[in-house]
Amino acid sequence: MQLRNQSTGSPLKNVSLAEKLTLATTALLGASANAQQVDAEWNYSASLLAYSEPDRVSATELIVTADKAYGDAAKLDLKVVLDSLTGASANGAIEQDNPQTFTRPSGKGQFVTAANSTPLDDTFKDTRLQIAASWTDSITEQSRYTIATNLSREYDYRSVGASGELAWDFNQKNTTLSAGLSFASDEILPEGDIPLAFSSMVIDQGQFVTEDEYWNAFDATRIAESDTVSTSELLLGWTQVINRRMLVQLNYGYADMQGYLTDPFKLLSVVDDNGQTQDLVYENRPDSRTQHSLFALTKYHFDESIFDLSYRYISDDWEMKSHTIDSHWRFMTIGGSFWEPHVRIYLQDAAEFYQPFLAQSQTTPEFASADYRIGDMSAMTVGLKYGFQLEGGERAEVRLEYYRQTPNKANQSSVSGLENIELYPEVDALILQFNYYF
Amino acid sequence: MGIRHKIKLFFAVSLLIVLSGCSSWGVAPWDRDLLAKPEMAINSSPLDQSIDDHIYFSKEASSGGRSFAGGGCGCN
Repeated sequence: MQLRNQSTGSPLKNVSLAEKLTLATTALLGASANAQQVDAEWNYSASLLAYSEPDRVSATELIVTADKAYGDAAKLDLKVVLDSLTGASANGAIEQDNPQTFTRPSGKGQFVTAANSTPLDDTFKDTRLQIAASWTDSITEQSRYTIATNLSREYDYRSVGASGELAWDFNQKNTTLSAGLSFASDEILPEGDIPLAFSSMVIDQGQFVTEDEYWNAFDATRIAESDTVSTSELLLGWTQVINRRMLVQLNYGYADMQGYLTDPFKLLSVVDDNGQTQDLVYENRPDSRTQHSLFALTKYHFDESIFDLSYRYISDDWEMKSHTIDSHWRFMTIGGSFWEPHVRIYLQDAAEFYQPFLAQSQTTPEFASADYRIGDMSAMTVGLKYGFQLEGGERAEVRLEYYRQTPNKANQSSVSGLENIELYPEVDALILQFNYYF
Repeated sequence: MGIRHKIKLFFAVSLLIVLSGCSSWGVAPWDRDLLAKPEMAINSSPLDQSIDDHIYFSKEASSGGRSFAGGGCGCN
């Protein structure tokens, strides 16, 4: 989908010597990457991320990329990602005015959450390794292909993916159309296996005479060791140069997911007419999801700054809809450094089966989830990036961002006893990132 | 004319209209001094993009649009 650097490969027929020289100068001034492509050296970049939600999840992520050009048009891109997550994640149960006891996902052991606090599962810990490779080459002077593959491995999750994309240039490479297909096959192997939808969490409160009796009860709520998800996607793109300073991009995407789309660790509280939790049951989501997306981006080069603005609309057959506005404004300073403020606004309508809890009086629905991530919400990110040149032509960037997710409380429960309970807690995160290009 | 031929004709005509409309935009190859800068590329910060995709995939119900939405993560 990336607009190719246009300073190579242009037909030079019918172009005067002065124009050729102008073009050559442009190439030299404009794109240092091209100079490296001629030498066919490896280019490397690395990024280190520290992500932190107070009292919740912390993540550290390291990305290393390498790319190398082969001739004028072919390019190999490699990427390795290693990330590590620890901390606590909301398990979907609602807070109560008394402490609550939960069985850990593995079935081995329990944890207790304090009265009047959002239940967080503190056993959340994972390490992920991802390896990705892509190869781009020209087909004709005006067209090219990209093939890519992606492998990802976590303790409880595996993914294999492949994609292919074709792109065609028109109008002196001012217009680019692209079409891509992607397939991914994921396998989830959760700690403690896959729970039976809407089965009650087995909690040992002294009612079991022997350990075997407890494990028999626990195993009766498990249906399989693992399950799978397959994802097929289509992405159509149009990129257009408007004038010397401006370009636009428009994408349409279609994604179809089939398989186990439920979160095996998420629960729903079943409450009585007084808002007291009577039971904790495992959530259940549909086993297919179809999503449409529209994405529009524009970039504009002012004299000493570059501004970009994008809008994304996503709608799926879970009745989830979202709007995302994202904008960066890079202010270049003397000496190759820059400051770049970033703002992102996200609005989301809940999936149709989202509900913060189940009422004991209601019949169990076909699907239900209390996962705050599929609820009504708005979110805002503000950030600032500083980039600078190092000796020897290497570059570095530091980015600091603050993310705040605010659930929409319009649907606050009318169940008595829950009026004063925080059903929709806010989520804050700090993101610190260091990028290095060498 | 069958419905499939009509659909094909519709897309062919639409493509021609779009492409002919696009031809009034754009610049000559020697006017690409600004567009050729790496920071004017559509995805000029792939590291940031990769990290943002991962974070928002983990915290929100939407992914993709700019690129493939992808699986590949059991992010909780």
